[in-house]
Amino acid sequence: FIQRLLRIEVSLALKEGRISPTELCRKCLNRIKKTHHLNAYITVSEELALKQAHEAESRLSKGVSKGPLDGIPFAVKDNFCTENIKTTCASNMLKDYTPPYNATVVQKLLDQGAVLMGKTNLDEFAMGSGSTDSAFGPVRNPWSYEAAYREKSGADPDADWVIAGGSSGGSAAAVASLTSFFSLGSDTGGSTRNPGALCGVVALKPTYGLVSRHGLIPLVNSMDVPGIITRSVHDAATVLGVLQGHDVKDSTTVTDHPTPLTGLPDDFDPRNIRVGIPKEYHGPGLSQETLAQWSRVADMFEQAGFQVEQVSLPHTQHSIVCYHVLCHAEVASNMARFDGLEYGHRSDVSSSTEAMYAATRHGGFNDVVRGRILSGNYFLLKQNYEHYFVKAQQVRRLINEDFRRVFGSGVDVLLTPTTLSDAMRHTDFVQEDNRTRSAQEDIFTQPANMAGLPAVSVPTALSSRGLPIGLQLIGPAFQDRSLLTVAQWIEQKVGFAPIRYHGDAGEGEIRVDVLPSTPTVWEKNYLIPC
Amino acid sequence: MAASSAGIGTLLCKNINKQIEIFYPTNRRYTWCVIRRICTSISRFRCQGQIKRKSAPKELVGVVGLEVHAQIQSITKLFSGSQVRFQAPPNSLVSFFDASLPGTLPVLNRRCVEAAVMTGLALDCVINRKSLFDRKHYFYADLPAGYQITQQRRPIAVDGTLTYSHLGGTRRNTLITKSVRIKQIQLEQDSGKSLHDDRRGQTLIDLNRAGVGLMELVMEPDMSCGEEAAAAVRELQLILQALGTCQGHMDEGQLRVDANVSVHRPGDPWGVRTEVKNINSGRNLARAIDYEIQRQVGVLKNGGTVQNETRSFDRKSGFMPEPNLPPLIVYDRPSTAPPCVHPSQVVVLEEVRAGLPELPRARRTRLVESYDILPEHSFTLVNEDGLTDYFEAVVKETKAGPRKVIGWVNQVLLGLLHHHSLSVSQSPVTPQMLAQLLNLQENGQISSSVAKQVFQELWRAPGKTAQQIIQEQDLGIVSNTTEIHRICQKVVDSHPDQVQAIRGGNKKVLNKLMGLVQKETKGRADPVLVRSILEEKTS
Repeated sequence: FIQRLLRIEVSLALKEGRISPTELCRKCLNRIKKTHHLNAYITVSEELALKQAHEAESRLSKGVSKGPLDGIPFAVKDNFCTENIKTTCASNMLKDYTPPYNATVVQKLLDQGAVLMGKTNLDEFAMGSGSTDSAFGPVRNPWSYEAAYREKSGADPDADWVIAGGSSGGSAAAVASLTSFFSLGSDTGGSTRNPGALCGVVALKPTYGLVSRHGLIPLVNSMDVPGIITRSVHDAATVLGVLQGHDVKDSTTVTDHPTPLTGLPDDFDPRNIRVGIPKEYHGPGLSQETLAQWSRVADMFEQAGFQVEQVSLPHTQHSIVCYHVLCHAEVASNMARFDGLEYGHRSDVSSSTEAMYAATRHGGFNDVVRGRILSGNYFLLKQNYEHYFVKAQQVRRLINEDFRRVFGSGVDVLLTPTTLSDAMRHTDFVQEDNRTRSAQEDIFTQPANMAGLPAVSVPTALSSRGLPIGLQLIGPAFQDRSLLTVAQWIEQKVGFAPIRYHGDAGEGEIRVDVLPSTPTVWEKNYLIPC
Repeated sequence: MAASSAGIGTLLCKNINKQIEIFYPTNRRYTWCVIRRICTSISRFRCQGQIKRKSAPKELVGVVGLEVHAQIQSITKLFSGSQVRFQAPPNSLVSFFDASLPGTLPVLNRRCVEAAVMTGLALDCVINRKSLFDRKHYFYADLPAGYQITQQRRPIAVDGTLTYSHLGGTRRNTLITKSVRIKQIQLEQDSGKSLHDDRRGQTLIDLNRAGVGLMELVMEPDMSCGEEAAAAVRELQLILQALGTCQGHMDEGQLRVDANVSVHRPGDPWGVRTEVKNINSGRNLARAIDYEIQRQVGVLKNGGTVQNETRSFDRKSGFMPEPNLPPLIVYDRPSTAPPCVHPSQVVVLEEVRAGLPELPRARRTRLVESYDILPEHSFTLVNEDGLTDYFEAVVKETKAGPRKVIGWVNQVLLGLLHHHSLSVSQSPVTPQMLAQLLNLQENGQISSSVAKQVFQELWRAPGKTAQQIIQEQDLGIVSNTTEIHRICQKVVDSHPDQVQAIRGGNKKVLNKLMGLVQKETKGRADPVLVRSILEEKTS
């Protein structure tokens, strides 16, 4: 009864009646309980999930499915607003906050019949790269409990677990541990791809403007993108197909009709695809094993006939510094609304409005958030604005220009590592402060946010420690589909094996045979440049 | 604003899952000075008059610039779908965005853009084809997001001119026309309202106004006194009302004016400026500015220095671009708009220009040309709300010529209205009543002095017609020649000196005798007849 479930197969199983949505939902709820130690969820919406599953079941029994996601369990990072379900941002500021509306992406999934299991853990207000700075405690990487890691580390996993990455660590852990079939993360500097890589799942950051941010509690509005975490590239494409498109509530979404994502082509001609390897990404701190994976996949491309070439993105090295200025400035601005008046935590201090603000914000935010607000306000001071914010924006344009030049020269996709190495032990990770960690961990992922480009992390192998390593593909704006097509090619070639759960006697695992993907209409040579 | 006069209550704020205190501003309006009409003629101070001395040409003069916040007349707010309404129950017009719930995003209201473009065109501005939105940060309880979305770097309209006039000269009947440069017009959000309840130590917040669209108009310091500033604001008010882009009621806060005031000697650099804020009527604006100019002159003359006192605590921490709104594009023609955008989503300059209504200046010119009245008459007609309509209605229904009507409307009617602090629409004498009265005079049934008397009667007892009053009080003209002869003879007999003077060639004295005859007849005698009889008797 060992399962390796891809969502599409579950969908098929549901349709064919081999498993009911309620049964599937119960199994996921059980798994959530069994993996409670991972601390992946802040809120489990059990009652609602069962109700939705029941509704899906009655639809499917009548043969009126809402689509491929009908009855499929999913999880949502706790910085997306969910109507009548607490949305905390892993912060004391919002620990009792229940929004009155659904984020557009959540609503779209619910409209498709997907079953919401709960809200996942993160770094407070998505500020971090380890999912260790949460008011609800850190997220543990499910791979810490896998045989491969345990045998090699020889330690008790409860004492020596590795981080899930962040800030969407809970969403990545939820999918990796099969408590949900897909999840939503958010990605501002790599917050979806980073934990995706460390937890061995597929993590997509779509093009900025392709997916609505309405209802996503912002970190940096000009870089935030809802991210998609799945166990396969195909699933990521399916979910993106549902989520993408103009939203009147988000003026930064594109009004053009996006390319449908009904299926990814798999019989394109590799000789027509140019893969760029940015030389600047070969920097200090990159682990030997990650470098080896990078080379391995580059070689695979070459052997398969792709045109692989070295490219240069000279301004990438400035990306992190520039990011910190822009990020902190926007954080200072975005966090201004949390004053305890309209919603959220409010201090009892009542000597004056100013004193109430100060006490509320001191009690509501952790050190990381307060530190970013402080530096952000410094950058925004009238006398500093030109020196920091305006300069950072100029550098941002240069970074954009690097990508434009490379893609303009005919390169279709860039191949890079996602992270410097596999997941760190929690005890090692917390030796450094959040800012230093974020600067190190976001180095490969962050430039794509600066330029608003689509990027996806695909797991390629386990390290010698038994932990996943992921590689990143970056594509030109709005070429998300082409990007996923190449990602799927890697996925099929590397043969990465996600976590498998062994069924306990009597409990009854999900009995579904691995089935071939549903036939779809493949477009030939989609990536051929005109 | 007296806290004690406002009812205070607590209400569950709609759509927000937290109780916040609100107040009922029921009495608030009446605690303000309810003066909507800007009456330049009663300004206590005359331009430069109080500070200019003929002996010292380089005396200190005032320098006045204005910042005007005009609430855009629109159904919904600038970035949300909440309704815009004055005096609705507190916190009843608040969307998730207005309350700055996390995750909400601004969506620009096309109507507000159109209003700003239209206003910009009416003020001869350059319309920026691309403008940008910024966040202006400050912590204030009635600004829930902690920042205001405005247009600091690149506003929607720049470099315009506002031409305005006021009555000047020794008799205050000469029309003086000036202009002030409009630096820019920017779109921005209004804030909510907060009320400090000292008794309970609470701050009460009403977010109904939060997020209402504003046009901030920045006028260059081209004015020199309160009267000019008030006249410029009045002209702006008329333009906005004609355009329908702002209702312009100052007492309801739809038009709010802040003035920057400094003094200097002509030719010298400007002095330190102070701000006169939150002025709720044109009259108060003129007074406050003139008071501030005099105060500064006094300070400098006594050897002191002017200090900018209004900004003792600056909460602003600066600006940054609003990342949730793409650049605002205004297209020249429908054909220049991108095809992927629905026509209902774009603002086209050509279309807005075609929809511009008749502006006050054009209206005055038209009145002068079609009725052959003086420019200062047209100025008064247009500046008083509803007076043009009143005038035209009278002209339409009477045989009296427009130049005769204008005297009645601008002097007799307006004088009484001002005296009783009434607006034109509140006049007890309707245009029809006045027209009938003037017709009686034109027909020779009453004399002009009787007409004025009847007008007073109509004002006091508006239920009656002019005809009824004349009959009841026997005010009809006396054309009984015998009777008039008798009275004329009596006057001539009792004033031998005057008769002598007339006979000596001073014909003007005849008017005095005529006045005496009219006094005897209570103004009812036909003046033409009286004159000819008197001429005959004094020849």
